[in-house]
Amino acid sequence: MTVPPLVIDGLTKQFGAVKAVDDLAFTVRPGAVTGFLGPNGAGKTTTLRMLLGLTRPTAGRALVGDRPYTSYERPGTVVGAALEASSFHPGRTGLGHLEVFAPQVGVSKQRCRQVLEAVGLDHAAKQRVGKYSLGMRQRLGLATALLADPPVIVLDEPTNGLDPEGIVWIRRLLRQFAAEGRTVLVSSHLLREVEASVDDVVVIAQGRLRHASTLAELRTRATPAAYVETPRPDALATLAADRGWTVQPDGDGTLVDGANAAEVGAAAHAAGLELHELVRRDVDLEALFFELTRPEEAR
Amino acid sequence: MRAALVAEYRKLLTTRLWWLLLIVMVGYLVFIAAVVSTTFVFVPDGQEPPLAGEAAARSVYSVVNGVGYVFPLIIGSLAMTTEFRHKTITQSLLVEPDRTRFLVAKVLSVVPVGLVAGLVGVLATVAGGAPLLQIKGDGAMLGRSDVLVGLLFSVVAIALWAVIGVAVGSVLSNQVAAIVVILAFTQFVEPLARVVLSQVDALAGVAAYLPGGAADSLIGASFLGATGDVDLLPRWAAVLVLLAYVVVLGVIGRLTTLRRDIG
Repeated sequence: MTVPPLVIDGLTKQFGAVKAVDDLAFTVRPGAVTGFLGPNGAGKTTTLRMLLGLTRPTAGRALVGDRPYTSYERPGTVVGAALEASSFHPGRTGLGHLEVFAPQVGVSKQRCRQVLEAVGLDHAAKQRVGKYSLGMRQRLGLATALLADPPVIVLDEPTNGLDPEGIVWIRRLLRQFAAEGRTVLVSSHLLREVEASVDDVVVIAQGRLRHASTLAELRTRATPAAYVETPRPDALATLAADRGWTVQPDGDGTLVDGANAAEVGAAAHAAGLELHELVRRDVDLEALFFELTRPEEAR
Repeated sequence: MRAALVAEYRKLLTTRLWWLLLIVMVGYLVFIAAVVSTTFVFVPDGQEPPLAGEAAARSVYSVVNGVGYVFPLIIGSLAMTTEFRHKTITQSLLVEPDRTRFLVAKVLSVVPVGLVAGLVGVLATVAGGAPLLQIKGDGAMLGRSDVLVGLLFSVVAIALWAVIGVAVGSVLSNQVAAIVVILAFTQFVEPLARVVLSQVDALAGVAAYLPGGAADSLIGASFLGATGDVDLLPRWAAVLVLLAYVVVLGVIGRLTTLRRDIG
């Protein structure tokens, strides 16, 4: 199985006066799970729809490997996508839904049953989708994406509506896909939702790329920090320098970078340094993500 | 193309609405055919029946097309508009990004259902109209070859209506809009247009080119023929006219609804 990467290159989509996606460029590599992150309305779904040939880009291109999705004879066998949990005919059964799309990805009815079982819906195979819960629809969407056992998997907000058990299940599944060497792109408006399962992160806001790196690299940007007020800032500076922390004046006090509040407190206590205030100022992943996706004019 | 056809066919078979419509169609046609047959059978003393003999029978049996065609039209339009109503169009185009192939497969996939609707409709019409003609009138005429050929072509006409319905749905992708337009056109606009056109000598021939007129030409009898003279086209021309509606509407649908961004 040769696994193609996804290549987004100068992709732009203009709706009237609004640029929903603005000169976006990033690559999604095989053998890893990439989190496609951004607040609601950032342009994630529009980007995915352009990648999958549903929406025509105003400029730029989106490729699966070296060519557009729509140029594959049977693209459903290359990319399995689940875009929204509402696009089912409510009168069809779960199994019926899969059987409808089976011919065009070249799989048998038997495979439909097998996939339904794999996503934990075998008990509801003959039930009409109109009676499915949101979580069950998410699972059915995933089953549709996995019908042809494709090398590339694209999921739009797959954890929406899933119970905690389902979220853990999907995490494990995503890790398994990456371990099998597949290219996996998962969108979410919350970094926390996918933090445990992604290797790479692509962060967009207002249609523009804000950050693209491995999650590990993003993590290094997250630093522990503490805000300290003391009558002897000079002593604090010496103490910090001894330990390799950096200090900078911050209003009435001092901001210590490289240590959390507990470490600063312990060190001050050991040195007999009097502290009047000690506050956590850690920049964690979530705060970093929030900072990355802030509206441009507010930055 | 084969895969797309099988997929479209399965889409129809995995939904229920079309056979609910067939049941309504059967009940409606039995009733209408029976009512129409009474107008030829129960004539006040001293008056001539509007039509008699074989002409009466053919007129009664023509209601399968003249009245029944709204059902296959709606069944066909639903096949397309359902995709937009329930957003299954997204998944459909994911597995078949060639939108022309998608449309052609959709159009062809309703042919079997259309033929079933035609067969069921013809049987319902005969069941409703034949008894009175046989018992009280000049006979059900079911042994006459012209009548049988007319019934056979009625099956074809109904199937063609289903096909036209898909094309209509591709232009009017909003399900409610499509149904409203179909009802307004078939129940009001076209019958009125045909009556008005038939009163104007210079335009009388035009009526046969309207979809309902062409379909009447195909079965060789008109329900409206009972009240006024109607010009009919030869059968081959009628088929071409109906197919032309499919092609023209389909091309419009392809260039509008199916050209747009989905989602």
